Amino acid sequence: MTAVDVPTPATGTRQPILQARNLVKTFGKVVGLDGVSLDLYPGEVLAIIGDNGAGKSTLIKCLTGAELPDTGELLVSGQQVHFKRPQDARAHGIETVYQNLAVSPALDVASNLFLGREERLPGPLGSIFRVLDTKGMRRKAKAELIRLGISTLQDVTVPVENLSGGQRQAVAVARAAAFGSKVVVLDEPTAALGVRESNQVLQLVRDLRDRGLPVILISHNMPHVFDVADRIHIQRLGKCAATITPQSHSMTDAVAIMTGAATA
Amino acid sequence: MTQQQQAAGPPAEKSTDPAEEFLDRSTPLSRIRNVLHRYPALSPAIVLLVAVVVFGILNDRFLRVENLSLITQQVSVVGTLAIAQTLIILTAGIDLSVGAVMILTSMVVAQITVNNGMPAPLALVAGLVVGLAAGALNGFLVTRFKLPPFIVTLGTLNIFIALTLLYSGGSTVRGSSMPALLTWMGSTFPVGPVRISTGVVAMLLLYIGVAFILGKTAWGRHVYAVGDDKEAARLAGIPVNRVLMSVYLAAGAVLAVGAWIQIGRTNAASPNAGVDLNLDSITAVVIGGTSLFGGRGSVWGSLLGALIVGVFRNGLSLAGLDVLFQTLAVGVLIIVAVSVDQWIRKVKS
Repeated sequence: MTAVDVPTPATGTRQPILQARNLVKTFGKVVGLDGVSLDLYPGEVLAIIGDNGAGKSTLIKCLTGAELPDTGELLVSGQQVHFKRPQDARAHGIETVYQNLAVSPALDVASNLFLGREERLPGPLGSIFRVLDTKGMRRKAKAELIRLGISTLQDVTVPVENLSGGQRQAVAVARAAAFGSKVVVLDEPTAALGVRESNQVLQLVRDLRDRGLPVILISHNMPHVFDVADRIHIQRLGKCAATITPQSHSMTDAVAIMTGAATA
Repeated sequence: MTQQQQAAGPPAEKSTDPAEEFLDRSTPLSRIRNVLHRYPALSPAIVLLVAVVVFGILNDRFLRVENLSLITQQVSVVGTLAIAQTLIILTAGIDLSVGAVMILTSMVVAQITVNNGMPAPLALVAGLVVGLAAGALNGFLVTRFKLPPFIVTLGTLNIFIALTLLYSGGSTVRGSSMPALLTWMGSTFPVGPVRISTGVVAMLLLYIGVAFILGKTAWGRHVYAVGDDKEAARLAGIPVNRVLMSVYLAAGAVLAVGAWIQIGRTNAASPNAGVDLNLDSITAVVIGGTSLFGGRGSVWGSLLGALIVGVFRNGLSLAGLDVLFQTLAVGVLIIVAVSVDQWIRKVKS
């Protein structure tokens, strides 16, 4: 346990759900992360922006167990944790939607929602013959989609490859939201989407926050970031250049900090 | 009708009337395609049915029960290898060594019984160990060294062939010198007018078992997910390497059973048998509609594929055609099957 840094004024003195302290990650001679710290508080949307190569993806991968930082520490609800694999982060309630979606195109919606944590039938059929509870998972998948207000997915038995980009993204987000008990991390969730579909995903992000689930959002899209984020963490050259809010800074300011033309 | 609409690509965001009208105006051909897309085993089943009818008309001996029973026996070995091949192709791999592993296993089983006096049940267990070890080697090279399965199994194919010849000294072990248990898979029993071989029953039991595991268990779903998109599977928390390794081990175990069936079927263990079994097993899987890119297909399709090849070979030979025409027909079949498969998959665009 390390001393918690002075919290930002916007969030008061609450305990952060997820904290990163001085994360360093190098790839050979390339420094991906150069001592990055980050706090995520309950019920907020924290956006992470930055130019290409600023270390956004590396930071996210370290937070979600996809990469192991060289030094630095991670704390979940004040407890120090070590994520060696994505499963470790997941076990701590951190769910991630990766940029490349991480859905299996040939499997149907329900199978994708439960991929990697399938449920088995009760009784000997499940315990001895290890038979999956396909019907039960479909029922729960449907209920979860309704709960999240995802109305564009009516049929959970459709293979994901038959869905539009927005619907696929909805499946990926729904999976994260259904199982993420503490944090949902979204990497470029609107990158490949049209205007209408982007808005649906952004609405989903707001809904998650309103249910008390904090969201980390990585995006290149400034209007989207300023639309939903409560705070914005700006990465530049492997470091955190500034943490701002949409109220304190304009989009132009954010871009200036991102490119090094200005400081916060 | 609703099923066809769902399969007809991205459902319209607003299911307005014009959209539904558009889907309803689909041509008969595209409707057929949608059904075939929904049920992947349907097209090989139709091909098999048509082939049986056509060959039945061409030669009245074809549909006799003795002949049909013979076809099933001829198919039992390739059909079993096709199970192993399906498992590996579903993970977007390919196994060129299935035939070689099976022959090596059959030689070990036969020789340690006949030459070293090991009891037959123990020899079969030793065969299982050989099959598993071969699968473990393939799996190890694929998962640890990240080599493409094609290269790995091309290498092990040659290694296993050489090991077989070194071990056996190139000599065949006759079935008559083996204990009855080793040739048991070749024995037949009557079911009504048909004679079924134990090997065929063993093959069918394997199909039922593997189909159940692939369709009903988490492991089966993970096999599909790994073949579909390896990285997506990893990020979803599936232990990709463990799944791959277990697939190669399972394939090795199936091949060991295949070796037992092969000894019974040929009533011998010969180091020179089954050179073309590798490609025949891939042919069966491909004709059965399983995608070589992984993640799509079913083990039942491979059974149909193996039966189609068996029916073509048998039917053409009964029609009095030279054996070369059988090979020609199988070649055409493969290309037609993959073309039809591509056409069916266009459904989603």
